[in-house]
Amino acid sequence: MSINPHPTLPEFDYIKPKTIDEACKFLTEHKGEARPLLGGTDIFVRMRDGVWKDKYLVDVKHLDGMNDIKFDPATGLIIGSAVNMNRVIAFQAVKENYQVLAEAAYSCASYQLRTRATIVGNICNASPAGDTIGACLLLGGILNVQGVNGARREPLSSFFLGPGETGLKPGDIVSSIQFPVPPRGMQGKYIKHGRNNLSDLSIVGVTVVGTPDSGVLSGYRIRLALASVAPVPLVVDQVESILSGKAINEEIIAEAASVAMAACNPIDDVRGSARYRKLMVKNLSFKAITAVWDELRK
Amino acid sequence: MAFHKINVSVNGVMEEVVVPSNMTLMRMLRESLALTGTKNGCSAGECGACTVLINGEPVNSCMLLAVECDGAEITTVEGLAHDKQLDPIQEAIIQEGGVQCGFCTPGILISARALLDRNPDPSEDDIREALVGNLCRCTGYVRIVESVKAAARMLAVTS
Repeated sequence: MSINPHPTLPEFDYIKPKTIDEACKFLTEHKGEARPLLGGTDIFVRMRDGVWKDKYLVDVKHLDGMNDIKFDPATGLIIGSAVNMNRVIAFQAVKENYQVLAEAAYSCASYQLRTRATIVGNICNASPAGDTIGACLLLGGILNVQGVNGARREPLSSFFLGPGETGLKPGDIVSSIQFPVPPRGMQGKYIKHGRNNLSDLSIVGVTVVGTPDSGVLSGYRIRLALASVAPVPLVVDQVESILSGKAINEEIIAEAASVAMAACNPIDDVRGSARYRKLMVKNLSFKAITAVWDELRK
Repeated sequence: MAFHKINVSVNGVMEEVVVPSNMTLMRMLRESLALTGTKNGCSAGECGACTVLINGEPVNSCMLLAVECDGAEITTVEGLAHDKQLDPIQEAIIQEGGVQCGFCTPGILISARALLDRNPDPSEDDIREALVGNLCRCTGYVRIVESVKAAARMLAVTS
């Protein structure tokens, strides 16, 4: 691919449908040449680079409910697809109840990019490096999807199929993501390792979410998700079983961190080698689990 | 390619502009309205030289379409000064020597102004975090950070 230092956007038509049904219909009729537009922070980069050549961008940000963010103590949190990351970070109920999501969103790019970037966009883009995806997976996120055949719910746990590949079909529009009420005492941590302290894409990202649970032997249910070290955002289930099976101590955490390292399958790229990534998964998993465990014991 | 007629307020002046679908806000400002204070650095949302305020919030103007701004209020670096009086952040960056080649300066001024609007008394970490999306290739960051601190002090005196 040749690199043009100041590429302009290629030609396309901007479409602004009045209803979500109209948007779905347009996307279905123009399968393969139209794409829903949220913040565009990935779309515009890919189009300028000539990787995506869509004829139509279908703006869906103004559609019903897309701009709403609501928390109900009985049903949980719902974030409309067009709600930008700065709004999510600043939303009081997110700070109080889903702090790990705010932490992950805050690690994305810069303030001015987060004015455009969205959580749902981060998910639909399905980059293995997506910073907020680990938190959304571990918090039990479910996407509300509108398609030509009506509405459906897509749990994130089975949503990611490969880099950039998801369970979405042509014509599908994600209208929001929702999260259940978090269990009492939940703690979370996102550790992002980039080439600088802020704003870069992750070389390795580790999300850990833990809750007190008297139903398991250790008394805690702790789950871990990894970014940038597999073709899809990876939840390592074995970490949960190790940390629930017996009383947690440093040794058990080290064992869980080694299991996380063994479970991932990174590649060499411009940001880091596969070998380095593996080692950092072990180190950062140990650190993140320890941080969550320390909070849980307080 | 489709063209769209949009109405935007730019630095307090209502403008009616006809824009093609693929025109970014940055290009509209620079090419249709000749407001060349907004700079084109990377066209990829990385460098922040094109940062402007939309309805008071900073965005990379290379990362959104002009047509999406219909009805919005936009402030560019040209709109920071009022009645021939520089904004305190502009005064401060001159006073502290926060400008070298100047290419990143318009974006820095806008990001810093937005920071001071949402947090009038920022810590050094707050300032560095707010400016993480504004790259200065002369690497004059220390003086830039000092400029924002000085602007916060000026605002504290006048308010």
